[in-house]
Amino acid sequence: MTVVKDGSHEPGTAPVDVHDPRLSRFEIVKEGARRDDIEIVTYESQFPMPNSKAERRVVRNIALLFLLSGAGALIFLIAYIWWPWRFELGHTISDYYTAVLGISLAISLFSLGFAILAWAKKLLPHEVSIQDRHDAPSSDDDRLLTGQTMAYMVDELGVQRRPLLKGAIALGLAPLGLVAAAPLIGGLIQNPHKDEEPMMFRTGYNPVPNKGQLVRLTRADGSPIRPEDVSVGGQITVFPGVAGGATNEYADSPTLLIHLRAGDAQMARQATDADPKNQGVMWGNYVAYSKICTHAGCPASLYEQQTNRLLCPCHQSQFLITDNARPIFGPASRRLPALPLTVDEEGFFVASSDYRETVGPDFWERP
Amino acid sequence: MKRRKFDIAQVPANVGKGVDDRFQAATPLRGLLNKVFPDHWSFLLGEIALFSFIVLLLTGVFLTLFFDPSMKEVAYQGAYPALRGTEMSAAYESSLNLSFEVRGGLFMRQMHHWAALLFMASIIVHMARIFFTGAFRKPRETNWAIGVTLFLLGFLAGFTGYSLPDDGLSGTGLRIASAIMLSIPVVGTWVSASIFGGEFPGHLIIGRFYIAHVLLIPGGLLALITVHLGLVFKQKHTQWPGPMRTNHNVVGERMFPRYALKQGGFFMSVFGVIALMAGLFQINPIWLFGPYRASEVSSASQPDWYVMFMDGLVRLMPAWQITLPIGDGYSIPPLFWPAVVGLGALTTVPMFYPFIEARWFKDKESHHLLQRPRDAPERVGVGAMAFTFFIIATLSGGNDVIADKFHISLNAMTWVGRIGLVILPPLMYFIAVRVCLGLQQHDREVLAHGAETGIIKRLPDGRFVEVHQPLGPVDDHGHPKPLDYAGWVVPKKMNRLGALAPAVKGFFFPVEKPAEAPVSPGMPPVTAREERREREEITSGR
Repeated sequence: MTVVKDGSHEPGTAPVDVHDPRLSRFEIVKEGARRDDIEIVTYESQFPMPNSKAERRVVRNIALLFLLSGAGALIFLIAYIWWPWRFELGHTISDYYTAVLGISLAISLFSLGFAILAWAKKLLPHEVSIQDRHDAPSSDDDRLLTGQTMAYMVDELGVQRRPLLKGAIALGLAPLGLVAAAPLIGGLIQNPHKDEEPMMFRTGYNPVPNKGQLVRLTRADGSPIRPEDVSVGGQITVFPGVAGGATNEYADSPTLLIHLRAGDAQMARQATDADPKNQGVMWGNYVAYSKICTHAGCPASLYEQQTNRLLCPCHQSQFLITDNARPIFGPASRRLPALPLTVDEEGFFVASSDYRETVGPDFWERP
Repeated sequence: MKRRKFDIAQVPANVGKGVDDRFQAATPLRGLLNKVFPDHWSFLLGEIALFSFIVLLLTGVFLTLFFDPSMKEVAYQGAYPALRGTEMSAAYESSLNLSFEVRGGLFMRQMHHWAALLFMASIIVHMARIFFTGAFRKPRETNWAIGVTLFLLGFLAGFTGYSLPDDGLSGTGLRIASAIMLSIPVVGTWVSASIFGGEFPGHLIIGRFYIAHVLLIPGGLLALITVHLGLVFKQKHTQWPGPMRTNHNVVGERMFPRYALKQGGFFMSVFGVIALMAGLFQINPIWLFGPYRASEVSSASQPDWYVMFMDGLVRLMPAWQITLPIGDGYSIPPLFWPAVVGLGALTTVPMFYPFIEARWFKDKESHHLLQRPRDAPERVGVGAMAFTFFIIATLSGGNDVIADKFHISLNAMTWVGRIGLVILPPLMYFIAVRVCLGLQQHDREVLAHGAETGIIKRLPDGRFVEVHQPLGPVDDHGHPKPLDYAGWVVPKKMNRLGALAPAVKGFFFPVEKPAEAPVSPGMPPVTAREERREREEITSGR
């Protein structure tokens, strides 16, 4: 319940002569607080008498906590210097280096924290003070004066009265502002659709940068792949067989090469051939789909062999490989693009062209 | 010439005079030392964020001394055998070296990461405190908006920070960030190409994120935190209603020495918690994830917890693609709605909540007294909706792990999240409002009839009645006179009314005589005591 005691809080009454030698220090403090519109309502020791048994006990405990803090810090320093810390294989004492540092530092900091808290909460007197909030807005006079001062400034500048200045400022400063923005815009902004390098629409399988030769499908180590390298029902992640094809330079190129079982391959072929864009992408019972999810670009890498579903572990989009990699669940809205497959004269898989559709996450101007 | 005698006792006074001659510091300094702060445990939640931020600055500076924000490919030859010979970026290599080859480096890295998680957690809990108690009301709307901005900046600081090591997990996060940029209609490809300096991943992004993470965002955070605290200082802290407390005063303790000491002790304790977690709990073991490869990801790829709600919303979004049949056709991918519109709305609309609520209730007053949540049921309902939404989205960010650990179908988890996100928030609104009204009603009931005593009395005619203890004076018939609700805790149990036996201090043996009057911790004294005793004149500083 809110209780407001009348007349108890009267800042500005009965000023005390602070030079009076009879005043105790606390009386001077009280006077200082009063001049800051603060009334110290209660200020009482937590102990019935000075130097009581209970007080000495609290002081002892606080001293103990400070000493414990020092001890924890010393343990930290000793462990930091002498505890073996270099990583070694197997289960060694160095495994505990970080734990020992953490525990010793925590002991030190907790002890210090509790020592300070105990000092404040147990030793210092209880206090209730009331301060005026002074939340009233400025006086009407002040508002008027400040407002008029600002209006006067505007008047003096006289931009309203001098239209020539107005135009000149606009015409003078706007280009200067553009100068400030120019290096940022000119240097930072990149055209994603440069003619010589259409990065949104080209992957490492494009034969053009490869001197017109069809690009082989390779493993991460760059070795090419023969059809018999992938067992029935198996799958392998393949990369374009160009320099650095397995690195992040070709982040859109990782592809999943799948050797379907005969029955599944039949379904897959029907589905791909029914799609005008994907006609003839399969080679035998092999089919290759982009591994880059059309939703957010994660590698859709969890292949369920039994159901022929490909699941992206980032947002759980699922693609049915036997139905032309159609998205059947999750947030992906577009099927995975297929890489047209064939085999070159040496018997290695090659991409008969680049992807016929845009690889990777969807965007506005994707055709 | 006569030398003046040097009096050591006069030194402080002389220094003080010298300082005041030059800076006129005496009056403002006294005002600062005397400034009164109200005290309540819930006012310390924001402090945790502040202290975590200080730990973040300290540990972060240490980490920059060893981190190399470069995407140059190098072959790892360091102390961790499993990755030796692996091609990786220099950023990842230097993060590994920081973990394995800098003495105490792993401890500092884990401290930085845990402090970041604690920073975001305390921001959210602090915001909940502000929201549910109505502390954002006029005149504090600006500080609420700054707080929401601080959350967004902390979110960005966290994301840029955990992207820096360039490990398998953070690279996947970067790829999703690039996809989110691509999803923006019209300018998406331009935004992504400009930020990544070409096609994803390019060679610039780590360096750019680095400067954002160590300079631009911390600079913004520091500036806004300064304004945030400055406004708290200028407008003075809100306080709970209670004895002597009005809308125009602050009842509490002067800042020095007791209040400031408590803050210092609390800082050290928060610091200690972070140190303990950094020592004992592994966080972000980047050496297990390997370098980022565009073709590799593991299951259970989750971002830090405060980003999980975004990931969850992205997972729950149905595959609704908008295709505009103009020219070659243009598309707005489903990713755009949760990741761009969702994040934008979730971080800007709340900024205006104080104005929306004031308009709704036609409330133009300044409020410095807090409201108990039950006294503003609609606000609690809105907050319950928001938190339900947030929790479902966050859980959905880990729905693959839940599905795995609890043997639930993954697709079922997604559908639970989709349906839950629509159905549960309104349901929680209804429940929260009803709970608030019920609590209000119970408060009024105890004020009118008294607290339950647990005593059943049998009347001469055989009826049983329950005896209530009135909280205030009674009329001639022994019925309690109705009391007004004062916006604060109503004592509802006999123990709170003085039925509890006096506590004796001491662990094994009593250290002092029992307290004269029973006082329950955490409860303000019942007003009856205040009325009986006039205020004592203070005579000493002890």
